[in-house]
Amino acid sequence: MKKKLNPQTRKSFITYGLLMIVFIAVEILLSTGSISSMMQGLLVPICVYSILAVSLNLTVGILGELSLGQAGFMCVGAYASAIFSNLVKESITQPMIRFTLAILVGGVVAALFGIIIGIPVLRLRGDYLAIVTLAFGEIIKNVFAALYIGYDSAGLHISLKSQGDLGLKPDGKMIINGALGISGTPNDSTFEIAFVILFISVIIIYNFVHSRTGRAVMSIRDNRIAAESVGLNITKYKLITFALTAFLAGVAGTLYSHNFYSLQASKFDYNLSILILVFVVLGGIGNIRGSIIAAAVLTLLPELLRSINNYRMLFYAVILIVMMICTSNETIRSFFIRNFEKLKGLIFKKKSDGAAVKEAE
Amino acid sequence: MAFLDYLINGISLGSIYAVIALGYTLVYGIAKMLNFAHGDIIMVGGYAVFTAMVTWGWSTWVAMLFAVVVCTLLGITIEKVAYKPLRKASSLSVLITAIGVSYFLQNLALLIFDEKPKVFTSVVNIPKINLFDGKVVIKGETTAAILVSVVIVVGLSLFINHTQKGRAMLAVSEDKDAAQLMGINVNSTISLTFAIGSGLAAVAGMLLCSSYPTLTNTTGAMPGIKAFVAAVFGGIGSIPGAMIGGILIGVIEILGRAYISPQLADAMVFAVLILVLMIKPTGILGKKINEKV
Repeated sequence: MKKKLNPQTRKSFITYGLLMIVFIAVEILLSTGSISSMMQGLLVPICVYSILAVSLNLTVGILGELSLGQAGFMCVGAYASAIFSNLVKESITQPMIRFTLAILVGGVVAALFGIIIGIPVLRLRGDYLAIVTLAFGEIIKNVFAALYIGYDSAGLHISLKSQGDLGLKPDGKMIINGALGISGTPNDSTFEIAFVILFISVIIIYNFVHSRTGRAVMSIRDNRIAAESVGLNITKYKLITFALTAFLAGVAGTLYSHNFYSLQASKFDYNLSILILVFVVLGGIGNIRGSIIAAAVLTLLPELLRSINNYRMLFYAVILIVMMICTSNETIRSFFIRNFEKLKGLIFKKKSDGAAVKEAE
Repeated sequence: MAFLDYLINGISLGSIYAVIALGYTLVYGIAKMLNFAHGDIIMVGGYAVFTAMVTWGWSTWVAMLFAVVVCTLLGITIEKVAYKPLRKASSLSVLITAIGVSYFLQNLALLIFDEKPKVFTSVVNIPKINLFDGKVVIKGETTAAILVSVVIVVGLSLFINHTQKGRAMLAVSEDKDAAQLMGINVNSTISLTFAIGSGLAAVAGMLLCSSYPTLTNTTGAMPGIKAFVAAVFGGIGSIPGAMIGGILIGVIEILGRAYISPQLADAMVFAVLILVLMIKPTGILGKKINEKV
């Protein structure tokens, strides 16, 4: 007898399949040179944003808490890994090994921050949690923007004041130069690596959601008090989810920082966190596949709208508002569903009529 | 004396935050939504005064009135077009819509007024006050900001607690359905709230641009966020709380900038917010809400 896959497994395998198809398609397009250089430059950021969106979906969709600090964790990952890569640039020359280590460093440091921040913050809920995570993201951004790190023969120098305050010897090198950010990070990110990491992230998330822990987290989301009364340790599960979100955001940050020669902390402001939240909400809360699609489409959209240059961001804003109203207003939504059903009926009718219709055309 | 100078500057900036925070608190209390676009209404107010005064050459008072009217109408329109269809939707959808409105306003301003910052001429015409033989100077803008915020807080408290419309707002914030059963028009009450909040944002915009005279399309964003922090800090939904929160945030920011590090002033503001919420999760004057099973 044929064994049937359970619907969850099937759903995740469809996503893996779709991702593979997209990857092969992009590779073919790349080898035939039919992607413009501007689009090529967007390939790594799309993967980065997708990873950020799927990981934020863990907190927003699976845990059901609103976090606006995603950019902060990304910033931590980006900086930690860039410092690491800059330090070992001479000693480890094999880029694959160096980058793998950098990714782990970025992820782990971000996860540590996630735990440190999560312990006090996760006591709060709803809009309060949103504003506190936003606050943490801004603190991280501001501290990194005021950070100066350099190294010389005497070791690592860290200061929060100025470059001169470091007291570097003449042979010293700056790694982080305050508001000017990191520079000299080896450009190890490629589309292939970014894609593989996106793929792994999706696998991790699907497996997490369908594991015992994931089910526990969802039960907390659906009814916290009931979950507590059956003996679930709320704080533990919340922290696990939060740390995993932070870990993946840190990994995404690593990919991001190793994609550019120089990077400023000001890039990681709350607008970036909001952007990622927009991906999650438009893709469908709790829907992993949707997050990736939304991240890809909304990253490409401003580029595709470049022909109407000045109006593109205005257009983007209008699309955002209209999308939210259309998907969330009951009257409009039921109108769409009704018409969609009708349309579906029409198409299927045509199919059942079969060849006759085709012949006639 | 430098300390006193910083303190007065802090209170002045804090008073502006307080006026913005009042708008946030009102809207949050009644519509239960984070109106991310609130900060951008400040920017619209700034541009409205600027256009009326510089481009059209109107007198200061008329220009100020014009800005308040523009922002009030804008607030009502935004509520009707973008938020009203989402009254029953999840709070996250409303939040994203508010972000959409914020993007819209910022980019519309960018299109109309382009990227170059406008130099704002102060609307305040109050003479300087010299204290301690001129060692401490209180600028006219500072006096105006403090006076205006006090008048607004007192006026708003009186309005909410002692008029029929105000009490209707209280009732809607307490329980929307019950208020409707009591014959309160919930939709018009919410519109009124947005109108007041946006009018206050216009006032805040003028005060802010008079003290910090560069006007760009993102002028309102950061003060908006900080004012929201102030509202949460003081206990969201509470009018005196917004005032206290605003002034504390302003003072912390200016003192932090002066004595600790200019780059870390914003970080300190947010750190204090986190500390307060850790100790008292509903803010200084916030009400405790018991969760029911």
